[in-house]
Amino acid sequence: MSSQLEPIKDPGLPAHVHRKTDTDPKAADRAERQVAAMFGISALGTVLLIISYIFVPDDLFIFIPIMGSQNAHQLGLGLGMAIALFFIGLGAIHWAKTLMPDQEVVMQRHEFRSPEEDRKAFVDTVKEGVSSSGLGRRSLIKRSLGAALGLSALSPILLLRDLGPLPGPEQKMTNWKSGTYLVTDPGDRRIKASDLEVGSVAQVMPEFADPKDRHLDDIAKDALLLIRLRPAEFNLEPDRLAMTHEGIIAFSKICSHMGCAVALYEQTTKHLLCPCHQSTFDVTRAAKVIFGPAARPLPQLDITVDDEGYLIARKPFSEPVGPSFWGREK
Amino acid sequence: MTVEAKLGQVANYVDERTGAAAFLKKSLRKVFPDHWSFLLGEVALYSFIILLLSGTFLTFWFDPSMREVVYEGAYQPLEGVKMSAAYASALDISFEVRGGLLMRQIHHWAALIFMAAIVAHLLRVFFTGAFRKPREGNWIIGVGLLTLGIVEGFLGYSLPDDLLSGTGIRIAEAIIQAIPVVGSYLSYFAFGGVFPGELFIPRIYIVHVLLLPGAFLALITVHLMLVWYQKHTQYPGPGRTEKNVVGYPLMPMYMAKAGGFFFIVFGVTAFLAAVASINPIWLYGPYTPAQISAGSQPDWYMGWLDGLVRMAPPIETYFFGYTVSWNILIPGLIIPGILFTGMALYPFIESWITGDKREHHLLDRPRNAPNRTALGAMSLTFMMVTLINGGNDLIATHFDLSINQIMWGTRFGVFILPPLAFIITKRLCLSLQRADRELVLHGRETGRLLRMPSGEFVEVHEPISPEKAFILTSHEQLPALELPAVDARGVKRAGALKNKLRARLSNANAVAIPKVSTEDLKEIESH
Repeated sequence: MSSQLEPIKDPGLPAHVHRKTDTDPKAADRAERQVAAMFGISALGTVLLIISYIFVPDDLFIFIPIMGSQNAHQLGLGLGMAIALFFIGLGAIHWAKTLMPDQEVVMQRHEFRSPEEDRKAFVDTVKEGVSSSGLGRRSLIKRSLGAALGLSALSPILLLRDLGPLPGPEQKMTNWKSGTYLVTDPGDRRIKASDLEVGSVAQVMPEFADPKDRHLDDIAKDALLLIRLRPAEFNLEPDRLAMTHEGIIAFSKICSHMGCAVALYEQTTKHLLCPCHQSTFDVTRAAKVIFGPAARPLPQLDITVDDEGYLIARKPFSEPVGPSFWGREK
Repeated sequence: MTVEAKLGQVANYVDERTGAAAFLKKSLRKVFPDHWSFLLGEVALYSFIILLLSGTFLTFWFDPSMREVVYEGAYQPLEGVKMSAAYASALDISFEVRGGLLMRQIHHWAALIFMAAIVAHLLRVFFTGAFRKPREGNWIIGVGLLTLGIVEGFLGYSLPDDLLSGTGIRIAEAIIQAIPVVGSYLSYFAFGGVFPGELFIPRIYIVHVLLLPGAFLALITVHLMLVWYQKHTQYPGPGRTEKNVVGYPLMPMYMAKAGGFFFIVFGVTAFLAAVASINPIWLYGPYTPAQISAGSQPDWYMGWLDGLVRMAPPIETYFFGYTVSWNILIPGLIIPGILFTGMALYPFIESWITGDKREHHLLDRPRNAPNRTALGAMSLTFMMVTLINGGNDLIATHFDLSINQIMWGTRFGVFILPPLAFIITKRLCLSLQRADRELVLHGRETGRLLRMPSGEFVEVHEPISPEKAFILTSHEQLPALELPAVDARGVKRAGALKNKLRARLSNANAVAIPKVSTEDLKEIESH
């Protein structure tokens, strides 16, 4: 065993080597001047900051090689501050390294473990305290105190109850109802099938009586993608095909994985891609997941046209849109 | 009156009321060992102070409200666009408050540096074994600070309510929702109803500027008090033992260096903020759930989590009509939970394996703890693979690769590469130990060639200094634990399986190249 062999001896702390500034007063004076110069540069930095703040207009742009066009006000403030702070630090460290005593000193560590008698005295004190308070003997007090403390911890939990309502049916519903008109976003104009060319994609919203009532809560559920293909390009079950109109197919734009907007449409492959986690959906096969972490296709909306040829929803979504949750299928 | 006399009066006033002189006399002479790697934690501390200062500046103008406003500020391209008051005020800070953009950028850069410094500090502490007794508690506090830092950073870049930050919140909401049974409730409580609602930004604002900074302050205070009380660890070297600490006294050397270093960190952060644009929120536009920009990326310290979520297989299960989203739960909650719990418990796991319950104040050279070093390399590799997948879209566009290839590469890589890193690192450590042994036994190669009378060429080796030889051999080599399955009386021990595992781990841990002893040197000399 190597541990039983004698280890190589500790030669002890190496002798202290004097710096030039310790022995040569000229070098020490030079170091002092260097430190002072650094503090001086710092002061200049603050001057630059003040000048930039007061005199440089905040819409002045200047050209700086490599960096390109830069806002002079912003750059002056930042560089001034950087110089002011950095050179204080550099000066202080140079001061410490050249002029302050650099003799390493040795300090002894103390053992953390307390002496035996202290440990014993501590245990005795605790025992004494516990027994004199009667906590050990009077079990009624102990139990009732425990119950009271436990119960009182409930109150903050209870008081936080009104942080939000309990999940209700709105969690699974959108503003798409039977007969809701599809409208452009932005613009809120109704859409005819002929407005959409084959191969194109559009983001649409359900029509609101007053578009001003449309809030982010609505958009987070209602956002819809319209994609128009040649009907022959579809590879759909008959019931899904019936939900399209003249090659126009509608999917929720809210990713079934984590709710990002599925915004990238690849025209050549007819794939929809979510930029967040790269879940990829095949439009021709009812947004079937063909790659990435999403586990479900994007919900498809059943669309048709009214008498005047404007696109409407025939039925609401048949499933909740967006990311999964525990009671989603209930 | 001279300056000294005045100072003396102040000191007298304070001491007569607090008795501080006795404490300060000792404290001002307290010794701190000097090494560049001890600065990493300092960088984290100083970045935290910068964060407090710059963050306070930002609160004077930031309006944490999701109230819808129409923008009429200085930034022309967004003129007349509907947005939240939070986003509008973040734009005002950037364009109408002088120095506002600089402060925003200082704040964000400082946050990135804060997290980087914490991680670097953690790696230093891990690889040198500084977490061993008596510092296990401080290690746990450190892991807590890292975790809080990730949350705090996420909340911070969520506050401006731009398109990128809103997308991040949406993803966080999906993770909350995925928690079985209570997910929907938690999400409704957090958002005050359906996503996004109008309450989330004001709520995370108070968490970001009050609750978490308060927790940080408390934890950092305890962290530093423990460092102070337990005294700093030191690297092995001549004259340095488990019983002493060698370094510079607090006053003046350490004070000047540490104080100066604060200004350097602040200066560098200000420089970065001045010349390197970060999070240009005006380019992203306000958040709306229907839009997104390609290449959406979180800050770097969240990248691994995003990469894990991206590489997860598309698995969801349904039973009795209830949905469990494994594709979110496993990468979003379970794996991070295991990683961070394992990290927090590591000091106890290691001491269980080695059976070493003694105090340690001398640091290990990483090569002398091959298993620990290999484990660290393995974890780092895991993080790097997931981080790469977190940026798979950017890597794909920059290097002309397909996202699918990167995704599949990392899906396999995350299983194959970490164990490989373990094996390679362990072998490297042992090779380095071997090299140390060679160096002590045969000296260093001088590069001088001698031609012997016989015509043979030999290289002259020069013995290394006694100091160096001591550093290379002063470490301990603990034998494996002896854990027989039966005790002295031949009775089977309780917990045989646990013992067996412990013995196996301990055996693997004790693998080492024997270090050179005085006897070895004598033997060589006698040749």
